Amino acid sequence: MIMAKTNEELKVIATQVRRDILRMVCMAKSGHPGGSMSSTDFLTALYFNEMNQDPATWTRSGKGQDMFILSAGHMTPVYYSILSRCGYFPPSELASFRQMGTRLQGHPSVRKNLPGVFQASGSLGQGLSAACGLALGKKLDKEDNLVWCLCGDGESEEGQIWEAGMFAVHHKLDNLIAMTDWNGQQIDGPVSSVAGEGDLAAKWDAWGWRVIVAEGHDFDSIAKAFELAKAGKGSGQPTMILFKTEMGHGVDFMAGTHKWHGSVPKPEQLEEALKQLGETPLGDF
Amino acid sequence: MKKYTDTGKKDTRSGFGAGLLIAGRADERVLAFTADLKGSLKMDAFAAEFPERFIQCGIAEANMVGAAAGAAITGKIPFIGSFAEFVTGRVYDQIRQEVSYGQTNVKIASSHAGITLGEDGATHQTMEDVALMRALPGMVVLNPCDYNQTVQATLAAARYEGPVYLRFGRPSVPNFTNPDEPFVIGKAILMNEGTDVTLLATGHTVWEALLAAETLEAEGISAEVIDLATIKPLDETAILASARKTGAVVVAEEHNMAGGLGEAVAGVLALNAPTPMEFVNGADRFGQSGTPSALMAAYGIDAPHIAEAARKAVARK
Repeated sequence: MIMAKTNEELKVIATQVRRDILRMVCMAKSGHPGGSMSSTDFLTALYFNEMNQDPATWTRSGKGQDMFILSAGHMTPVYYSILSRCGYFPPSELASFRQMGTRLQGHPSVRKNLPGVFQASGSLGQGLSAACGLALGKKLDKEDNLVWCLCGDGESEEGQIWEAGMFAVHHKLDNLIAMTDWNGQQIDGPVSSVAGEGDLAAKWDAWGWRVIVAEGHDFDSIAKAFELAKAGKGSGQPTMILFKTEMGHGVDFMAGTHKWHGSVPKPEQLEEALKQLGETPLGDF
Repeated sequence: MKKYTDTGKKDTRSGFGAGLLIAGRADERVLAFTADLKGSLKMDAFAAEFPERFIQCGIAEANMVGAAAGAAITGKIPFIGSFAEFVTGRVYDQIRQEVSYGQTNVKIASSHAGITLGEDGATHQTMEDVALMRALPGMVVLNPCDYNQTVQATLAAARYEGPVYLRFGRPSVPNFTNPDEPFVIGKAILMNEGTDVTLLATGHTVWEALLAAETLEAEGISAEVIDLATIKPLDETAILASARKTGAVVVAEEHNMAGGLGEAVAGVLALNAPTPMEFVNGADRFGQSGTPSALMAAYGIDAPHIAEAARKAVARK
């Protein structure tokens, strides 16, 4: 049995993941650092402490393991960094992000046989439906593992998210735990100014989901949320964890603004950002 | 000339329903998804026998595509059923991302295809679906011609590993193919041998082409009739062999010109054996309310129009 990481250990990993994110997008001169950095802490905790996953026996069919769908597919920097730091592929491969011929496509692809990726994503609003299908498949197979899915709050403007929300309740998918990176930002500005999304907690509650609101940069709050979410098995209801986060979290000049959704730091900004984050014993790729 | 006998009119969608039930009995991985059209898709028998494997999605087609793709990833063989327009045009991006690019083993069961959907009118009559599905890399596109062939095509789709678009229709039409003939994906079916002109047909137009061939025979024109029940991948070998033999080709389909079977065949002939061609299809139009047969006549997709196109093609040799 692998020992759970302490909060201190998780913080070290998350710091390294943020360094990876920034270095990847700067090397590729493209990519999406903002949402990657807001999702870093809870995704690190998910993969290192919560998910029943094992790179050594991973298959796309997900048999015998938990499965994860990145519905907000543009958050590949954080996804690939965490997969590599978990051992799905060497961290050195992160240098190939978005390069011609890479397995690390701009948005997740299943056509390059990258371990850890269950489904293509990136056209927003679709991943939660795929996750419903995974959860349904596991139920039909009477398999006990969980399906996890990460959506964006901007992404939740897509109608299909709410179709999936209806489906998951109707089919009693209590093996499905969805998460929303509730950072309040999207490409064109704050979510409230773009589409007036309103109170996501009230909406998911009205849809019939178990709803948990947590602080997405507080490892105690994150752990508690996962514990509560997992307790939903047998309830007949899917669970949504709304992680309150900050876009660009971890670097002061990137934090809390939509401007870093899909922008790349300049070389001097990268240097400053890496200085703020600090080095870790894990080392850069 | 070989004669085909209509053993009694049946709808091809019922062929799908029958095939689905057989496939479901043969393989427990087979699932049936629908978006509130269980009865229209003839899924009742499957749903009654396998209630756990029948997945009602409600009127939410986009989610249905994604959920089926997810189930396929876990090893299931999902069929997703709706009207052709709502399982192609409405959800094109979902099919592109989750099924085609995502390489999931999803079977798209597309009923009420074409203009013969009839009285509901143009909002529900897609004449563009084949174009959309043909454009997707790796998508297999099937359009069987009668009840018997649709049963077999459904079984073939279930056996095949990969995305399949299976197109069929609403109206009762002649049932004339051999019920025991296994469906081979990618294989053209020679219905009648001929020497003067090749009639390539798919779906409901196969019977019309056979009727046209009888008319032409009485006029001294020997027509070869080929059923292209697989639109993609196209049986180029069979098409080229027949075109080289007869020197004139007609393509008949219940679909618009753009992106349909006619253009697919034209591409093959242009590259390998340029041949005088005529096209029988809905041209570049939307449909309208009417009975299936009245619409097929009004839009120029019936036997008399195929015969006329054949005369023109022969005259151009």
